[in-house]
Formats: sequence, C-alpha cells, structure tokens
Amino acid sequence: MSLAPHSQEVRHFHPRVRSALDNPQIRSNFRNAMDGLMSKRQNAFNGWDLESLRDLGAAVRLRALSRLPELLEQLEDNCSRQGIRVHWAETGEQACEIIRDICKARDARTVIKGKSMVSEEMELNHFLEAEGIEALESDLGEYIVQLAKETPSHIIMPAIHKNTAEISELMHDRTGTERSHDVAYLTAAARQQLREKFMKADVGISGVNFAVAQTGTLCLVENEGNGRLTTTVPPCHIAVTGIEKVVEHLEDVTPLLALLTRSATGQHVTTYVNMISGPRKADEFDGPEEVHLVLVDSGRSSIYQDQELMDTLRCIRCGACMNHCPVYTRVGGHAYGTTYPGPIGKILMPHLMGLENTQDLPSASTLCGACGEVCPVRIPIPKLLQRLRKESVDGDSLRPSVVRGHGVKRNWKERLAWNGFRWLFRNPRRYRLFGSLLTRFRWFTPSQVGPWTRYRTSPKPAAKTLHQMMNERTRGGAR
Amino acid sequence: MTAARTAILQRLRAGRGNQPLSPPASDFSVVRDRDWTTAEKLERFETMITSVNGEVHRVAEDRWVDHLWALMAAKGLTNLLASPETSVGREAWTRQRESGPRLRAYDSPIDDWKPELFNNVDAALTGCRGAIAETGSLILWPTVQEPRLMSLVPPVHFVVLGADQIYATFYQALAEQGWADLGMPANALLISGPSKTADIEQTLAYGVHGPRELVVLILE
Repeated sequence: MSLAPHSQEVRHFHPRVRSALDNPQIRSNFRNAMDGLMSKRQNAFNGWDLESLRDLGAAVRLRALSRLPELLEQLEDNCSRQGIRVHWAETGEQACEIIRDICKARDARTVIKGKSMVSEEMELNHFLEAEGIEALESDLGEYIVQLAKETPSHIIMPAIHKNTAEISELMHDRTGTERSHDVAYLTAAARQQLREKFMKADVGISGVNFAVAQTGTLCLVENEGNGRLTTTVPPCHIAVTGIEKVVEHLEDVTPLLALLTRSATGQHVTTYVNMISGPRKADEFDGPEEVHLVLVDSGRSSIYQDQELMDTLRCIRCGACMNHCPVYTRVGGHAYGTTYPGPIGKILMPHLMGLENTQDLPSASTLCGACGEVCPVRIPIPKLLQRLRKESVDGDSLRPSVVRGHGVKRNWKERLAWNGFRWLFRNPRRYRLFGSLLTRFRWFTPSQVGPWTRYRTSPKPAAKTLHQMMNERTRGGAR
Repeated sequence: MTAARTAILQRLRAGRGNQPLSPPASDFSVVRDRDWTTAEKLERFETMITSVNGEVHRVAEDRWVDHLWALMAAKGLTNLLASPETSVGREAWTRQRESGPRLRAYDSPIDDWKPELFNNVDAALTGCRGAIAETGSLILWPTVQEPRLMSLVPPVHFVVLGADQIYATFYQALAEQGWADLGMPANALLISGPSKTADIEQTLAYGVHGPRELVVLILE
C-alpha cells in the first residue's frame, strides 16, 4: 500500500495542531458542531436502556469477530449465489486495482461515488484519476470536500470544518453557483449538478455499513438518497468494505442500526436504510446489471492476531468518540493527518500505517475516557491508547508485537534515565545518598527542561528529603 | 484474487488459533420487547415520521384516491407514476379523472427513459410492506411493478399504508415477516421521511438527492 502522501502529513502532527489551535474559525466550527451532536445523541437515547443496548451491540460485534473467517466465506457463498461477484484484496492498492479492472472491462469513463471511508483510506479517487477515470463524490459533504481538493475532517460529516460562507464561495469558484448564504439554495444547486452526473455515470461505488453473512446482504445507511442513486442508477455497482464489517444474522443489524444512527447524528434512524442482496433480475426495470463486493484487509487481519487490539475491529464508524473528544473538538479532523481522525483514528491508524508513521497519535489524548464511555460497541479506547503508548516505547526484542513500528519512540536518554533510576532505588544507601545530594544541590536544577517547562515551572527538589524530615520530627518530639 | 483470499483467511485462522474467542450471549430483548397496542403503534409511527418532515394523512379506505387527487392539486403536481398492476396503483388508474393528474406506468427499463424520469415526473405512488412504529419507517421491497427508482427520483413520493400493517420495531418486522427465511429481494428499503442533508453547517435541507416530500396515506 502506498502510504507516501499520508505518512508525510502525519509526521507533521505538532505544527498542524498549533496552526489549528491558532485558527478561531476552525475552533468555533468544531465547537458548535460537536456541542450540537453531543446533545442530539443524548436526546436520541432518551427512554432507552442504553447500557443493555450497548451490551448487545458489543456482543453482536464480538460474535461476528469470533467467527470472522467462517462468516466471510458464508458471505461470499451467499453473495455469489445471488449474483454478486466477490473480490478479496490484501492491500488498499490491490483493492484499487480490482476496481480499476472492473471499470476498464466495462470501458467506464466516469464513476459516481457514495460515501465510503475505506475508499478514502485506500485513496481510490487519486488512483482512478491517474488511470483516466473520473471519480465524483455525490454525498453533499464529500462533494464539497472534493471541490475544495481536501480530505474529510469527520467520518460522518466530511465538511464540518467549513461554514456556509466558505462553502458558498467555494461553489461559486468551482461550479459558478451564485453566491448565497441560503443553505437550501446551495443544496438545490448541488442536487442539479449531481443529477446530470448520476444519469451519465458508468459505475457507482459505495461503502457498506453492515454485510450480513446469513443472507448475503449489504446494508447502507444514509440520509440524502445519493447512496441509493449510486447503487441503483449506473449499470454497475461496486461495494467496497473492510473485512471486519460482516455480521452473522440479519437480526444482528437491528441493535447496530439503533446504535449507529443515534450515536452518530442523534437520529432515531436515517432516511434510508438500503439493503442490497443482488443485481437487477431479468424482468426488473432498474438496478445495476452487475454488483461487485470488494473485501479489503489492509492491516485488519494483523490486528486480529492480538486479542486485546482486536477490539478495534468492533468499530461501526459512528464517530461518537470524536464528537465527545476534547482534543478532537479543539484541533479538528485535519490536524491528525489520517483518514480516520479522533480517538478511533488514534487506535486504528497505527495498525494501518505502522507506529513509525503515527507515533504522536496515541499520545494526543488526555485519557479522559469520554470516548470509551460513549462507544456504542464498548471499545475500550483509553485502554488501547495506553497499550499503543506502551508498544511505542517497548523495545524488548523478546516480546515481538503485531504492531508495526513497535518501539519506535524508545530513545537512549529515556532508557538511561530509567536504568539509573532502577540502579539507585535498589539499594537503600545509594538511595539516601542520592536523595541528600539532590537536596543539597537543588539550586543547580535547570529552569528550562524542554517541552515540559513551556507551560509549567521547572520541578525543583525539596530542601529536605522525607527521611530527614521524619528524623527531625521524631527526635525533636515536635508533637 | 484467490491468492489474496487464501492469505487473508489463513491469517485470520492463524490469529485465532492460539486464542479461541467466546463472545457473550446476545440478548435481543432491548430491541424486541415493546407492548404497544395497535393504536399506540399508529400514534407512535405518525409522531416519528412527522418529526422528520414526513407528511401523514389518515383516510378512510374507500376515500384515499380522492384524497390523493386533492393533495396533488394542492401541491400543483400534474402527473403521477403509478403501477396499473398493483392493488394500490390499480385503484389510482381506475379512478383517474379527466381533469386530474396524468398517470404513467414504469413499464420499460430505466435505460430507455432516464431523462424523462429524472426531469419530467412530478410524483410517484407506491404501496409498502408495512411500517415500523419505533422509528417511523416505511418498509419497501421494490418489485417489477414498483421498481426501486419510483421511491427515489420523483420529487414527491406518496405511499399507501394500512393502519394494521405497523410493527413495533424493526426486529419484530424482520421476525414476523420472516425475512431471513423468505430470502431477501435484490433490494429492500426502510424509508423514514424525505431525503435530507445537514452537511452544510449542520443546517437541515430537504430533497437533496431523493424526494423533497414524503406523503403517507394511512388507510383506516
């Protein structure tokens, strides 16, 4: 998988955070949006036994993961029997090639896309464009982001970082739409521009929210109708999904759907729940003649090797963790420089890209625990963040890890400090001698100690050690 | 890509080999158990679908077509896509009026009349397979007579629903209609309100890609 564009960006995490924090527009756009989303979510679960629902959501996902290889085979069997062609890709690049080959075989020039985070992950649009195939996003938020030549800043609301004025200006520049702050007008303009494209598109590409093994059904959840148009109007539909999105039974979809839409946007259900189990039948008048399903691994099966880290694969991509994250709310989605931002990105991206490319992500958290508390499928995100922090400094070669870039943050200064610490604390005389030396020479401690003192005063040893103080107390009979 | 398939499945099986997983039992009571009466279900369905800008009219079983013509006149809609072969569509066809909207059938493949459907059809009429009270959702399984795009492309979608066809939850609808055993159709849908988006600064706008209006006629 070619990670060059991403890894370049991820490495510049700190400067990007700084510039995001200095941008009042970004801060207010995100603050307003996240406040709204948090209260909407809370209202949507009113009257629900939320804890039992989350238990069920987690149980359904865990059951699916426990039988993942069998369910993938069952999904493939059922889909194939119903006329959906199933493809497997080990990497994002392989998945892009599969999609290109399907397009080329049909002589396709234009592709219309419904929202799909995995296609963002594998940078499908760039790939297709380099092959001379136009790929147009049709979700309004994605359309805006594509016009701006940017990437989504939120997995559910891709254009959340922009306000109406910015979008109006952008649409005016790129499409000639009259400037307007009337959202209904801008939306209608985009509808008109995209209708033409829907009619002409040769191929439609969508993501998948849940793939049901039992019935060979692909479930897509959306509000706009662009997902339905994408999967119905063009003569060929390609659905692309991570291998972890499979569930066992049709009924398993019900708790996940109840959790997904409420957690994501505070909706009881989205306008459309689109369940696809096959291409157009011989006597039908619409629907695609060909349906393909591309199953993408891209690092997921490595996560599967570790029982603790595997919890990352439960994710149903609702975005609640980022909506509730104090760090995400302040720095916004682009600061992370990864396809998936926020808490879920911090535990997922190190697997997809290696810790060597994402070493700052697990540390960019206050470990306040909000993400774990709202996660609809109970992913212990804070615990996994701590695990990845440990992975990034653990350099023990006797403890091999499934995480790529394991030990990347280990450095000799820190190692020396800890070894010295260990040596001093193992012997009482050495310990006392060290303590009294510290108190005696306390004025020599530097006032600047790197990033620590940027916002804090430098720590200074006390005038007396605890031992000395206790000795004085008991001897002096101060009580 | 059989090599990729083999490699992925092998890795998954190897990973699990040394650590068998035993997931907790799935207790579905939280999404299943609702003891709502028929009247409560109807009430709830109406509240939920109107809360997302769906329009609901409760009408007597023998009067709904008149009501439909009146609604279309009030909305200034001049033509209607309806199947002459379904029970709902047939009634509209047989009770057509000289001065009323022009009816047309979806009787040829989409490829033959795409621009016509996208640009010149004002509204469509379909039946449904029931509804879900909890979320205010209509259940549609598009058919040869009522294809998928009928509920998607025209700006206004009229749906006829029997008052006794409302299930409490999605779970109950799946179980009582036996979806998994029946075998799924090529496309099954839940529709809850008109098409909408909040992608521009979280401001709601309707009719972004699908219908701007969803009108449910509940037959009592």
